[in-house]
Amino acid sequence: MASATKAPAPVRTAAPRRPGRRPAAALWVLPPVAALAVAFLHPLALMVWQSLTPEDGGGPSTAHYTQVFGEASFRDALTTTVLIAAGATAGALLLGLALSLVIAFVPLPGGRAIGRFIDLFLAFPSFLITLALLFLYGTTGMANGLWTDLTGDAHGPLDFLHTPCGVLLAEVTYFTPFVMRPLLAAFSQVETGQLEAAASLGARPWRIVRTVILPEALPSLAAGGALVLVLCLNEFGIVLFTGAKDVVTLPVLVYTKAILDGDYTGACVVAVVNIALSVALYALYRTVMSRTGGGAGPRRGGAPHRAGA
Amino acid sequence: MRAPAAPATARPAAPAAEPGRPASGIRFDDVSVAYGRHGEHTVLDSFDLTVEPGEVMALLGPSGSGKTTALRAVAGFVRPARGRVLIGGRDVTGLPPYRRGIGMVVQQYALFPHMKVSENVAFGLKAQKTPRAEIPGRVAEALEMTGMAAYAGRQPRELSGGQQQRVALARALAIRPGVLLLDEPLSALDAQLRSGMLAELARLHRELPDVSILYVTHDQIEALTLADRIAVLESARLRDCGTPQDLYRRPRTAFTASFIGTANLLPVTVRADGTGVDLGGRLLTVPVAEGVARGSGATLCVRPHLVGLGDGGATGNTLPGTVTEVQWRGATHRLYVSVDGHRVMADVRELRTPPTPGDTVTVHFAPEDAVLVPGGLTGDGDHHG
Repeated sequence: MASATKAPAPVRTAAPRRPGRRPAAALWVLPPVAALAVAFLHPLALMVWQSLTPEDGGGPSTAHYTQVFGEASFRDALTTTVLIAAGATAGALLLGLALSLVIAFVPLPGGRAIGRFIDLFLAFPSFLITLALLFLYGTTGMANGLWTDLTGDAHGPLDFLHTPCGVLLAEVTYFTPFVMRPLLAAFSQVETGQLEAAASLGARPWRIVRTVILPEALPSLAAGGALVLVLCLNEFGIVLFTGAKDVVTLPVLVYTKAILDGDYTGACVVAVVNIALSVALYALYRTVMSRTGGGAGPRRGGAPHRAGA
Repeated sequence: MRAPAAPATARPAAPAAEPGRPASGIRFDDVSVAYGRHGEHTVLDSFDLTVEPGEVMALLGPSGSGKTTALRAVAGFVRPARGRVLIGGRDVTGLPPYRRGIGMVVQQYALFPHMKVSENVAFGLKAQKTPRAEIPGRVAEALEMTGMAAYAGRQPRELSGGQQQRVALARALAIRPGVLLLDEPLSALDAQLRSGMLAELARLHRELPDVSILYVTHDQIEALTLADRIAVLESARLRDCGTPQDLYRRPRTAFTASFIGTANLLPVTVRADGTGVDLGGRLLTVPVAEGVARGSGATLCVRPHLVGLGDGGATGNTLPGTVTEVQWRGATHRLYVSVDGHRVMADVRELRTPPTPGDTVTVHFAPEDAVLVPGGLTGDGDHHG
């Protein structure tokens, strides 16, 4: 009996490397890296170095950190920042999800135009939204004006824009489209056939949203939420324009220490904490996404997807 | 001209429904569907059709004929502008899809990509609030029925197209529907898989004899193979309805004749004495049915495989002509012969020395192999080759 011959295992051969190619390729990387280092990394390093430099000279020290961490104003600012960012993110996620579901799945006249407006909205500066809210809900805004016209009262009932609630409203208003944009893109990829199959199997609309649409859109929802959370942590313009004196976030504290108090070292410490918080959140987002698989995997075929968005 | 309405019952009464399975049978009662702001685009027009309990009805027609719209009207995804849709004798026209209790399989499988195969199959059972303890058994039963039991733990993306379609079928069958809607379920599969799945569908129907199946396809082979009856649609209207054999052998319209199988469709004039027809001055003997007006124009339908080469003896109709094209098709040769300017196709057993274009030949067909359908021609009648 002839012995079975084993097929030779494929030999992985490295592609022939052109002599001198790698160093040449590395040279191309140098200019952008150098530009990045000069424009971004160097100032960042200077800031970190400043935060670690004692006032009386000498080697690096964490004395400034100890001092700033011991200040009630820093702890309050940290708490306020986290609470407002978390609240605004939750609000933007809820509102963005609800609006996106309506725009993507409810046949509305002008739904496509709304999608385009969201793109435009993303280009607005944040202070513009605050200004618009002041016109609407400010103490002398339209809502209060309507109230005083109707009732004859001297003042209207709305006076919340200078409070944390006002900042929250402004941030939710401004950042909701940041959640909607990736969500609408994800919803447009949901196959119509899946929704119809689910409905024919007896699933009511809410079950379809919960068990078919949301699991597929979860990576986009998480991406939008993470983006908004990081942006909210670093938001300065909205807090400044609401004029909420009692709302001091980390970016506002950096501004106060650096510009008003002349405490550059303290400002650098707060800024480093702010950056660390943002990077940590981003790392957490990446970890969560990699563990959840980051989506439903590759699709087969070319099933019809939802139009628009 | 509109074809006569489909016969309401073409099968003997179906057996009693399986316990726990909803009543089956579908009825379209003068259903019209229109799109556009003012309903100006009619996509299904005055559609009357009855699918008996346990019957497989194929909706066959070209793109845009309204067949998918009819299926979607049953599923509840389009709302008729007029008429009623009944499932198991119950008017479901105003019911949302989730309250209709139907199984549906579409061309692109539409499996939920984030769920395992078993979770996909269990989806409908959970949606219908089936007792939790009952679900694993029902899932296993449906997967067993479609030969996918070994793949319960796989993700849809790990399956081939044919396997995904089986899972989609299992998902639809798990809820034990009285009505199963299949919307071009095999279109995304290659020819070999399609053939295998056709056999699988036929077996499934034998195992579930009380389920009514509405099968939308543009593929006549699928319709002829699987359906108890075929409804032929064209331009949003029902043109013909009957058993596959009936429609193939005795089409009632020229469109049916051309769409189901390949046909020679020749414009003829019925002789006043009713003894035959006149094809460009040539007398042909064919049976003239009672409903065909004497002296009027009509269309003579003869299947290519019933046309022979030669004079065919004394009783046949002979047509001399010139060969314009010869195609070798393995077991057969197809000859294209020009007879007085009319193209006649003849499928004959493989010839050792086939004629060549330009040769003069005679073809023949028996009178009983020809069918006379009322009305003239709108196309060349060669929809399928």
